[in-house]
Amino acid sequence: MWEFLQNLFLDYTLRTVTLGSAVLGIVSGALGSFAVLRKQSLLGDAISHAALPGIALAFLITGSKTSLILITGAAIAGWLATLFVISITRTTRIKTDSALGLILSVFFGSGLVLLTFIQRQPYATKAGLEKFLFGQAAALLQSDLITMSVLSTIIIFLVFVFWKEFKIFSFDPDFTASLGFSVHVLDILITSLLVIAIVIGLQTVGVVLMSAMVVAPAAAARQWSDRLGVMVILSSLFGAMAGVGGAIISSLTPRLPTGPTIVLGISAIVFFSILLAPNRGLVWRWVAEQKNRHQLQLEAVLSDLYILARQHQDLEHGHPIEVLRTMSIGHGGVDRTLKELKSMGWVDRKSDGNWILTPRGWEQARQMAERGAITE
Amino acid sequence: MENQNRTLAIEVEDLTVAYREKPVLWDVDLHVPAGILQAIIGPNGAGKTTLIKAILGLIKPSAGRVLIYGKPYNQQRHLVAYVPQRGSVDWDFPTNVLDVVLMGRYGRLGWFRRPGKEDYQKAEEALVKVGMADFMRRQISQLSGGQQQRVFLARALVQEALVYFMDEPFQGVDATTEKAIISLLKELRAAGKTVLVVHHDLQTVAEYFDWALLLNVRRIASGAVSEVFTDQNLRLAYGGKVGFLTYHGHQKATASSERL
Repeated sequence: MWEFLQNLFLDYTLRTVTLGSAVLGIVSGALGSFAVLRKQSLLGDAISHAALPGIALAFLITGSKTSLILITGAAIAGWLATLFVISITRTTRIKTDSALGLILSVFFGSGLVLLTFIQRQPYATKAGLEKFLFGQAAALLQSDLITMSVLSTIIIFLVFVFWKEFKIFSFDPDFTASLGFSVHVLDILITSLLVIAIVIGLQTVGVVLMSAMVVAPAAAARQWSDRLGVMVILSSLFGAMAGVGGAIISSLTPRLPTGPTIVLGISAIVFFSILLAPNRGLVWRWVAEQKNRHQLQLEAVLSDLYILARQHQDLEHGHPIEVLRTMSIGHGGVDRTLKELKSMGWVDRKSDGNWILTPRGWEQARQMAERGAITE
Repeated sequence: MENQNRTLAIEVEDLTVAYREKPVLWDVDLHVPAGILQAIIGPNGAGKTTLIKAILGLIKPSAGRVLIYGKPYNQQRHLVAYVPQRGSVDWDFPTNVLDVVLMGRYGRLGWFRRPGKEDYQKAEEALVKVGMADFMRRQISQLSGGQQQRVFLARALVQEALVYFMDEPFQGVDATTEKAIISLLKELRAAGKTVLVVHHDLQTVAEYFDWALLLNVRRIASGAVSEVFTDQNLRLAYGGKVGFLTYHGHQKATASSERL
């Protein structure tokens, strides 16, 4: 463990990989939150796939593999794809999901063609572009890290500056427009930031799986918080955790691709969040439901006794458990419920084994009847 | 105040909106004097919501112009408040009631400025006014339909406007909310504000509103409710489908205009 920590700070590759993945997780988590809330999760998928031909073309034109140049190519292609999707939905009868699928496959397909073409060329530097498919964290250089960090800082800063505008725009765009804010500017701005957040992660996670880094951290974070600010921070945190974890594991294990490892990490976080988060988590809801059902059972038996007591006009008249069982068909667990009511002091068992309401139980049932919870 | 009563709060001329080749609004004129409650009525697909959105510039009209207190809408935006249909947003958005109401202040704040003490105070006052003070910190996904509507009304109140546009505020709300909205409308009128409300229920038009615009793609009629609600106008707007409503609506309209 100590050795590992030492490596983390001293080992060049490990440090670069860890920091790079953290940065990509933070940015995609933050921007992903807005994409998910604006119901644009699929746009992330289209943008990341569409980036591939941009990367290939950027290399073909410049012959350079500098990350800034490739990222620029990727961003331009991602942007063009978004633009196409928007204009297709505006000018034709094709719906958004079809337009997204169309653009995604056309761009991704031409990206693959270009990649194959590049590999057939006799360049000395041709190797390495295919890492953009599934990502390769170990190939990150210090210079890549600096590029990523600078871009990320700008993105996070802009999110902070436009916080109020992004929030209202994501919640209610029509109202935002009626207040005089330019929703076109906001749309372009927030989409551009999303494009940059995505292309930053392509080298590490790859174009195929990058959309998971947009959607998954935000979906997990939403489970834990009802505040936008907390959600965005948590989403960044989850993204960073998955990024760092996945990158380290894959760089320590030979032949393990980075992208899928990171995505498996974030999937695990999503899984636990959906299961365990308070209020929204499945387990939490199940417990709440059980509690509710338990309460209903108590009230059902209490109200049965109340009805019986009223029919007999006598509080002291005991009722055998069989009667209660017959009355609560469908409720079940009458014995257990009676025992619990007794420990609460609401019912009592007479010497002949029959059950009666105590005065306190009577009072309780009467209040229920007033609420309309008992129908005779 | 007196001056406002004589001027027109809203002046819409020749407003035409088309989706692709199909006209949704055709050559609609609307003149609303200041200080009245005006209902916009018409069958489904008559273009009621489109009319409001076109006035507010949310939809680009093919033709027409909109003046608010005599000047183009773009210059008068700060005089206008808007209550969209509550179904138009996702109520599972991660935010609370107070935060949504504060959004009504964003227009005044403009770009970048964050809401301050005064804005919070105004938001809280508005929530008290609509009877939602106890729900200030409530997550918005936990509100009933009527409560959601009251939050939207509070958000419009903090805009401190002169002209209010409300899209179906009575749609699917409980009796408490309906009462709250009515008393709010009266309060706004008493303060000299002008309110335009898209309304669905013919029966209550005469009871709640002073003026009505009967719309079905074209303007059928506009003016005092008792003048607008004639058998002929209603038939023009709704076709032959409202025999029963026509009769009762008309009776009611006449009765309440006599009361006034």
